[in-house]
Amino acid sequence: MDSKITRNEVRHVALLARLELSQSEEELMTGQMNTILEYMGKLNELDTKEVEATTHAIELRNVFREDRVVPSLDRKDSLANAPGADGVNFVVPRVL
Amino acid sequence: MEFEPVIGLEIHAQLKTESKIFCGCSTKFGGSPNTHTCPICLGMPGVLPVLNRKVVEYTIRMALATHCTIAPVCRFARKNYFYPDLPKGYQISQYELPLATGGWMEIEGTNGASRRIRIHRIHMEEDAGKLIHDDYKPFSYVDLNRTGVPLIEIVSEPDIGSPEEAASYLRAIREVLRYLDICDGNMEEGSMRCDANISLRPAGTGGLGTKVELKNMNSFKNVQKGLEFEIRRQKVMIERAEPIVQETRLWDAGRNVTVSMRGKEEANDYRYFPDPDLAPVEVDQAWIGQVRSELPELPEAKRERFVTDYELPVYDAQVLTSSKALALYFEAGLKEFARPKLLSNWIMSELMRALNKSEREIEACPVSPRDLAELLRLLDSGIISGKIAKAVFDEMFSSGKSAQSIVDEKGLVQVSDQSEIESAVDQVMSENPKEVSEFKAGKDKLIGFFVGQVMRKTKGKANPQIVNDILKKKLNG
Ligand SMILES: [Zn+2]
Repeated sequence: MDSKITRNEVRHVALLARLELSQSEEELMTGQMNTILEYMGKLNELDTKEVEATTHAIELRNVFREDRVVPSLDRKDSLANAPGADGVNFVVPRVL
Repeated sequence: MEFEPVIGLEIHAQLKTESKIFCGCSTKFGGSPNTHTCPICLGMPGVLPVLNRKVVEYTIRMALATHCTIAPVCRFARKNYFYPDLPKGYQISQYELPLATGGWMEIEGTNGASRRIRIHRIHMEEDAGKLIHDDYKPFSYVDLNRTGVPLIEIVSEPDIGSPEEAASYLRAIREVLRYLDICDGNMEEGSMRCDANISLRPAGTGGLGTKVELKNMNSFKNVQKGLEFEIRRQKVMIERAEPIVQETRLWDAGRNVTVSMRGKEEANDYRYFPDPDLAPVEVDQAWIGQVRSELPELPEAKRERFVTDYELPVYDAQVLTSSKALALYFEAGLKEFARPKLLSNWIMSELMRALNKSEREIEACPVSPRDLAELLRLLDSGIISGKIAKAVFDEMFSSGKSAQSIVDEKGLVQVSDQSEIESAVDQVMSENPKEVSEFKAGKDKLIGFFVGQVMRKTKGKANPQIVNDILKKKLNG
């Protein structure tokens, strides 16, 4: 079976995700992503001619909340899982 | 060859809700960094966003005010990109099914005539966080308080023909947002932001040239200056037969130039798809009717009413409705002093001059509508003269005192007493025998001189009409 995902597409997606992949990682990802697509391809075996296309599994409409402020997290909890923080801000490698 | 610019604007307006668009965190500006955050706006795994009903209601308001068609069903989409100010890795926005499409906004065109700028769409989305860059260390600091603050994006058609028109359209949109009370429209603080698309084409032709996207213009002046620069730049390129690159450029207000973002630019591949976490939004006629019935009076309607009900000239109506606060000031004044044209004159001349001079907005005016009305009643009933009224107004503006107390304190009540004025006239005539004989010999113009002398003697308090009458009688007698 021919590859659906090419090496170039893997590079493009890696760029969008700000990931730097080595040659061997590119190869590994190309293979894995194709396996995933093949697996998802099984869904195409189903006959969906009679089923209307939808973006949601259940027919929900207008799920709202009222415009009311509720307490936010404690800042130290908000920052707790961050790889970099100084107690006030998240700290990231300089951008732009 | 003559070229004409083709301009379209994308305006982002922060909605004045109490809480964010998908969570209950506060939207208040100026909170300590990262104190208005929760698992939802931090983009933690496994959380579910729930839409703030008021965001939809406010967007419907704007859609109605700009004559848009409201979609019976609209939905949210994920716009995917990676940047540190966007914790989820995607921004929740609307893509192929926005809430509103196909409206228009009336503006004052370059030649003074009114122009219609078509609105392509209005959609809801969430704001991103704020980045601060360290000047010395290789770090950036991320504050996520703004993440998830509700925005609407108002996208115009490329109907705008000059930088002045762009500024005029932007002002008109801001005024409507303020009248609707859904956005405070402060460009400097970022509660209203504007990007532009601009291209040039040979004048009078219908085509579209290569367009450039212009960002980072955070004031009315910068929008106009940025567009003016870009028109000059593109003209030179075309004349040199150099190709115009379709790109994003940033306005650099320090250097007064636009700078290409090429190289630094994000890869423009947002892979939009419908957000499965959010249910579609259905807006039925009942909801639209409800919002419509609660709409405040908009600038256009107010202008017309000022002309018909108060018999004001169109120009006055335009100036008075140019801001909601000014219109409210005028109408509050009118409740206490029911002579529209006189009130309008004073607001447009003395009041606006004093505000400009002190660089204050009408909201911070030290003279209340009631105070101004009191002053005009004193003037209108002849208790003080016009000249004195202007001086009293200046004093009111600088001290905040009421007109009556200034008039009482300084004894500025106009003298209408016949005998008092007569004696002043007699004194002036006996002190200036030369002028009296010249006047009697036919030099009519000297009447001004005499009036001036009498006014000086009475410290400006004499009723000018009575002064005139008495002078004419005595000089001609
Ligand atoms: Zn939150």
